[in-house]
Formats: sequence, structure tokens, C-alpha cells
Amino acid sequence: MEFKLKIWRQKNASAKGKFENHTLKNVSAEMSFLQMLDYLNQQIIESGGEPVHFEHDCREGICGSCGLYINGRPHGPVTHTTTCELHMREFEDNSTIVIEPWRSKAFSVIKDLVVDRSAFEKVIRAGGFVNVNTGSAQEANNIPINKKISDRAFDAAVCIGCGACVAACKNSSAMLFVSAKVSQMAMLPQGKVEAKDRVEKMVAKMDEVGFGFCSNTYGCEYDCPKGISVEFIAQMNREFFSARVCKSKR
Amino acid sequence: MIKLDSKIPKGPLADKWSDYKSSLRLVNPANKKKIDIIVVGTGLSGASSASALGELGYNVKVFCFQDSPRRAHSVAAQGGINAAKNYKNDGDSVYRLFHDMIKGGDFRAREANVYRAAEVSNYVIDHFAAHGVPFARDYGGMLETRSFGGVQVSRTFYAKGQTGQQCLLGTYSSLSRQIAKGTVTMYERRDMLDLVVIDGKARGIITRNLLTGELERHSAHAVVLATGGYGTVFYLSTLALGSNASAAWAAHRKGALFANPSFIQIHPTSIPVLNDYQSKLTLMSESLRNDGRVWVPKEKDENRHPNQIPEAERDYYLERRYPAFGNLVPRDVASRAAKERCDAGYGVGDSGLSVYLDFKDAIEKQGKKGIEDKYGNLFEMYMKITGINPYEEPMRIYPAGHYTMGGLWVDYNLMTTIPGLYSVGESNFSDHGANRLGASSLMQCSGDGYFILPYTIGDYLADEIRTPRIQTDHEEFDKAEKAAKERIDRLMAVNGKQTVTSFHKRLGKILWDHCGMVRSKEGLQKGIEMIDQLEDEFWKEVKVPATAGEYNQELEKAIRVADFFEVGRLMCQDALDRDESCGAHFREEYQTEQGEAKRNDAEYAHVSAYEYKGNRQSEILHKEPLVFENVELKERSYK
Repeated sequence: MEFKLKIWRQKNASAKGKFENHTLKNVSAEMSFLQMLDYLNQQIIESGGEPVHFEHDCREGICGSCGLYINGRPHGPVTHTTTCELHMREFEDNSTIVIEPWRSKAFSVIKDLVVDRSAFEKVIRAGGFVNVNTGSAQEANNIPINKKISDRAFDAAVCIGCGACVAACKNSSAMLFVSAKVSQMAMLPQGKVEAKDRVEKMVAKMDEVGFGFCSNTYGCEYDCPKGISVEFIAQMNREFFSARVCKSKR
Repeated sequence: MIKLDSKIPKGPLADKWSDYKSSLRLVNPANKKKIDIIVVGTGLSGASSASALGELGYNVKVFCFQDSPRRAHSVAAQGGINAAKNYKNDGDSVYRLFHDMIKGGDFRAREANVYRAAEVSNYVIDHFAAHGVPFARDYGGMLETRSFGGVQVSRTFYAKGQTGQQCLLGTYSSLSRQIAKGTVTMYERRDMLDLVVIDGKARGIITRNLLTGELERHSAHAVVLATGGYGTVFYLSTLALGSNASAAWAAHRKGALFANPSFIQIHPTSIPVLNDYQSKLTLMSESLRNDGRVWVPKEKDENRHPNQIPEAERDYYLERRYPAFGNLVPRDVASRAAKERCDAGYGVGDSGLSVYLDFKDAIEKQGKKGIEDKYGNLFEMYMKITGINPYEEPMRIYPAGHYTMGGLWVDYNLMTTIPGLYSVGESNFSDHGANRLGASSLMQCSGDGYFILPYTIGDYLADEIRTPRIQTDHEEFDKAEKAAKERIDRLMAVNGKQTVTSFHKRLGKILWDHCGMVRSKEGLQKGIEMIDQLEDEFWKEVKVPATAGEYNQELEKAIRVADFFEVGRLMCQDALDRDESCGAHFREEYQTEQGEAKRNDAEYAHVSAYEYKGNRQSEILHKEPLVFENVELKERSYK
């Protein structure tokens, strides 16, 4: 297979970026998207150039490091698939592929296709945990949890923190990311104790670090590689308003 | 002369840890605030260490090379985490878990360490449940378990096929909480390049800021390495591409002994190599062997589609060879059995280097939904990578480099041979002997970090309360930083023509062929020669583009690959020295008539710990004898 690649190149955060064109021949349909980029970089290095920087680590769709805007869609054309799980057989031979970093106000470009996602860290640090110290846990089976609720919490907990939801949203909203954590914790008895406090803190931090409001277009769910449902956003809103109401009553 | 003292406490096995814990010295809360601890790595063992130490009130600095601690490769562990809860009423106990691990490790691990790991396993499950880790549950709301290889009880807790992710995120949560509280300072995007030793004690590290290329100095009263395994030495492995040996190796160069380097687990169920550009191999969890049946055709050169091959013409070779454990034999046994069938010409796929893992019977019995509930994400992952639907036809799998049982030598306190330098999780050697049983890695990593290190490190730090904050202008920091800089300059100066990756690939191939699933004296000797040649070529021909003073992913790789030559050489040296077969270490010359591993307990019931003597110098071997007082050494049989 052969592809024309238009790749975003940007030396550093303050430099001005631009698209660079490459023609890549002898691409195998079996290659993953990142292997295709490795292959390109190999050729760039051998011809004396500077390779394209992109983030990746596990290459099996679980670490959340990779994340590229491919042909205008976070993680490319296949639903429920991270960039590293995407394979070249999904692309038409001789087509042009446009590759960009996440485009979002809250995620600035560091270099080429690498962006700064530390805003996510700040939101988690604001309350994405249970305040229990090591050593104080009780016997695990002392708290039965309804299987349906537990499974539902798991569905929220599969978030890999890649940032596709933010990249997909025209408002750069992180509500899918934040709601996944808020909902997981709020559903489980272990996290319920602090649920109200947690949702208020995390939402406040989310606003503070520059993420926008929900655009109600469901683009985040559509592009989430783990298929996390927007229903969790509704749940977070419920949690948030109930926290507010309780507070005003106090 | 280094003398290895394992510091195993006296007394009956079951009481050792509790008695010892109560005898350990403590540091009072006011003094803890004045003590700095560095933790390198934010996987399950690093993040748990850092958060538990932060909770205690120490000043913790924690480092990772990714953009976030949540990316560490513990996240990719799939199948589960073991604990001796005996929730299934099937005869499990701390002793049984201990015994399974000792036997599974082919009697090459310390009894006391393994018993302790089994003992704290139950606390780990309680801890994770309290932190909202959504483990699988039954309809009564209780925690569910499943079986794993090498055992006959059901003790593996799981969260579908992403248990590692859920455990890591739970730990990441506790770490984030401590960061928010200010007890832990997080340093992302840093590579540790050297360890700083002052007056014989670990006092700091040199890191490279990966975004700016700047070399930085960080000091502490003690240093904890939680830097994972070195399986990426094979280039193709189930590990993340960033996983590397360099931090542990820097400590090794500075005097920390490296134990059992040749004990590397080759995992039996990985998606096979599909093309020449492959950058990694993806694991298909061992838990799949609960319901999947492994087979190859009975005839060589079978061309039919697997679904067309009738039952009678299939060779379920694991069930045939090991009727007692069947498809659930330990990993080393399953891997070699797959290799044996493929080498004999019965392998499937274009390359003939794969076997079938078939779910037909399980789907008939439990329905597609039942299988999907247990392994949904794994099946999806398989489908994405191969384009084949495993609900409709068998998976193809083959062994791949996976987990390193070997690592930095540590005593019972998890301290290396450098005072004040600790090693936890996969980066140490301690709990899995010559072969690790499935689901015991998450267990060991969390146990080390949450429930062992916080006790043992206090005993060491009790002597450090009068030591003022370590200054980074000490000459040892100057020296270490200078050495790191020179190494980087040397790499940049080569300016050859070949990419770092091309060398890594070639090194991986040498090790896979000569120090992989089956080893021989001649093969290992040849391997060492080939590594030497390749290393020479690397330092003449490697090309690292751009400069060292900026974000440079190729330089990061080059630094790591440069260390892998030494790691690979030591693996071969150790494999060559160990004239026996045990666990994952299988020497062609030492096997039973049935082709099983043949141990030599009289001469090799010891830990081999190596002392670094300089590049290309043969390392000095120190032996720690293994004493078995509670289990009987016998031939490991799963038949």
C-alpha cells in the first residue's frame, strides 16, 4: 500500500507549526498505525531528518498514551479503537492521511503530535479518590455490592485518560472523563461517603483548568475508544446538583 | 568482598513476618517530615510505595518517564490478582498459596519471602475493595474469583481482562491524593540515568528531563526503585515499548547485585508475530486457558481451516501430556510444549509458529454472552489486531517474552546490596523463583508497596533521623551527573547511519534465539559473541538525530538500548553458569526423558547474584544458598 501523509510538525510549544508532506511506499495492511509511523520515522532518520514525535507506550490500547487526530477524528476512523490498535487495512490504498495532535485549549502542543494532558492530573488530584489510608480497610466481603451496580461502576472505570473526549468536543469539554470517575466512585458504597464533596471539587477544578461545558453533541461518546457512555455525564450532573441542593439546605 | 545476608528472621515460617514487624524500629511522626524518600517508577509497586510512605508522613519524590503515573505498564496486566481468601471454600490458605508459588517457581525462591507475599495478599484485596476497585462480583454481591495456571484452587480476583488497569488506577488514585496533600511530589517525564551513592549509601539520583534534555539532581535519605522488568531486551515482548532496564542497571553499575538474570518468563499465549514491522506482541491473558483449549492438527502440513478439522484429528497436546492440570499448566510448561509442537512441524499459520486456542466448546456450554462477560475486551483486542473473530474461529497464539523473575538482589527488607537502596515489584528478584505463576505479579507489587516496604524502610530510616537533608552539591552528584552527560555525548557523537531500533531488533533476535525458551551451552556462548559484535557496531554506526538538549525520543531509546547489551550479556552468562533446567530456564542438555526440566538441587539450589565489574568484564558470581525447611524439594509434576 502507498499513502500520502500530511503530518503536523511543530518544534516546541512556542514555535509555529505546519503540515509536512510525506509519501510512504510499501506499507503493509497488517501494520498498525503506529508501526506505520515507526516505519516513516526509520526512513526520516536514515535520510538525516528529525523523526516525528508522538506518544505511545503499551501499544495494546490500555495505557492511554497514544492519541492522534487522524483524518479529522480522534483515534481515526474505527469506533472503539485507540490509535495503537488501528491497522492500515482500514485505510484505502493511495489515499491521503492527515495526522494532527489533539486540538484543544486545555492541551497545548509540546512537540509535533505530543500534547500536554496534565490538566487531567489536576482534576483527578482535586478529588478522584477515596480518602482511606493503607491499613484501615475492612474485610473485602463485608460490603456486598449488587452485581449490576458493580458492573456499571466498572463500565465507567475503564477510562484510559487518553483525552479523545476532549479532542472530540468543540467546547473542549472534559465532562466524559470527569463523569466517568465521579460516577464510578459515587455508585460504589466505598466512594459514596464523599460523593457530594468529590463532585463539587472535581467540577470546580475542571472549569478552572480550562475545559469547557458539555456541547451536548455526544461526540465524546462517539470517539471514546472505550465506549464510555454519556449517561455518566447525566449522572454527574445529577450528583452535582444534588450536592448543591444539599449544601443550600445545610 | 560482598557477603550476601538475606536477613531472614528466625522462627516458624508462619510467624516470621508478624514477629519481625513488631521488632522493627519506628520513626516518629515529627522526624518523618524531615526525611526524604525517592521512588522511581509509578506502576503498581512504585505508586503503592509512594502513596503509603506519603501517608506515613515522609517527604516523597516520585518519578516516571510517561506523562502521567497512570500509564505505567502495570496497567496492561489482564487476568487477575491472587489472594488466599478461600472464598470458594476449595481448600485455599496462605500456606497453599505459598506452596503453589514455591513449586511454580521450581524451588528457586526464598521460602520466607514467598510466605510473606502470600500472607499480605489478603490485605491487598481488602485495600483495593476499599478504594473502589470494581472487581468482578457474583449475584450475591460477593467478590468473584477464577482459576489460573499452575494451581487447583480458584483464588484469582479479576476485573474482566483488565485487572491491572483497575488495580493501577486504584493505586494512582491514592497517589494522586497524596500529591494533592503535598506529601508526595510528582516528577513526570523523567528518566533516571544514575544513582548517587555517598559514603556507601544511596542518596540520590540523576534524571534527565525528557522535554528539555536537562540533567537534574534529586537527593534523599533513601531511594526505592520500582522500575519493572527488562523483558524488552527481546525487542519483541508483551511489555510497553518504554519499559526498560536502565534505572536498575545504573544501580547495578553502582554496586547493587543483580540476581538470576536468566530467569525470564516466556508467556505462552501471545498473539504471534504477524509481520516484519511488528513493534510489540500483545498478550492474551492466561485466564483464557480456563475456557480455551489449546490444540494443533494431528497431521503435519494441515491446510484446512481450523473449523473444518474434525475433533478426532486435533491434538489437544496439553490435555494429552498433562492430564491433571490440562490447559492450566504453568506458563513455562505451556510455552515449551507449544514450541515443541511447532518445532516438530505441527504449528499453524503462515510461519508455522503458532497454535490454536479454541473457545468452541466453552461457547457451546456457556453461551457467547457468558464468554463475553469474562473475556469481552480480550476478544475485542484480538479481533482488532488480527482481523479475525475469535467467537467464530480459534485464536492463534505463540509464546512471547513477558516477565522477568530476575532483578536486583534484595534481602528480606527489600533492600539491595547498597544500603538505603530498595527495590520493589518486578524490578527485584525475590518472590517468583525461576517461574512466576499467573496473577501473582499484581499481588507481589501491591504487597511490596503497601504492606512490606513501609515497615522495613522505617527500620533503616530510624538511623537517619539525625542526617540533615542531603545536599545536591556534593561531589558524588557532580561525578554522577558528569558520567551521565559523557555517556549521552558519546551516543550523540557516533553519528552513524543505522537507527537505534534496528540495533534493538537485532539484539532481541540474538537473545530470543540463544537465550530464549530453550538454551544450550554452545548457543549461549555464540550469543555472547554476537552481542559483543553488535555492541561494537552500535557504538560505531548508531544514528541519534537532533540534539541532547531537547525532547528527543531517539536519544531516550539509544540510552536504553546501550544498556540492554550489558543486560543481554549477563543473561547469557547466568544461563551458561546454571548447568540445570529449572522453571523458565531450560537447558537442552538437562531434561528428563519426557522432555521436562531437570533440576540439579545439589549444585544449584541457590540464588545467583552478580557483581558488575565494568563493560565486557565477566561479572563476579555470588551465591545465596536457598534453604527449604517447609517444603520438600521434588520434581515439579503437572501430569
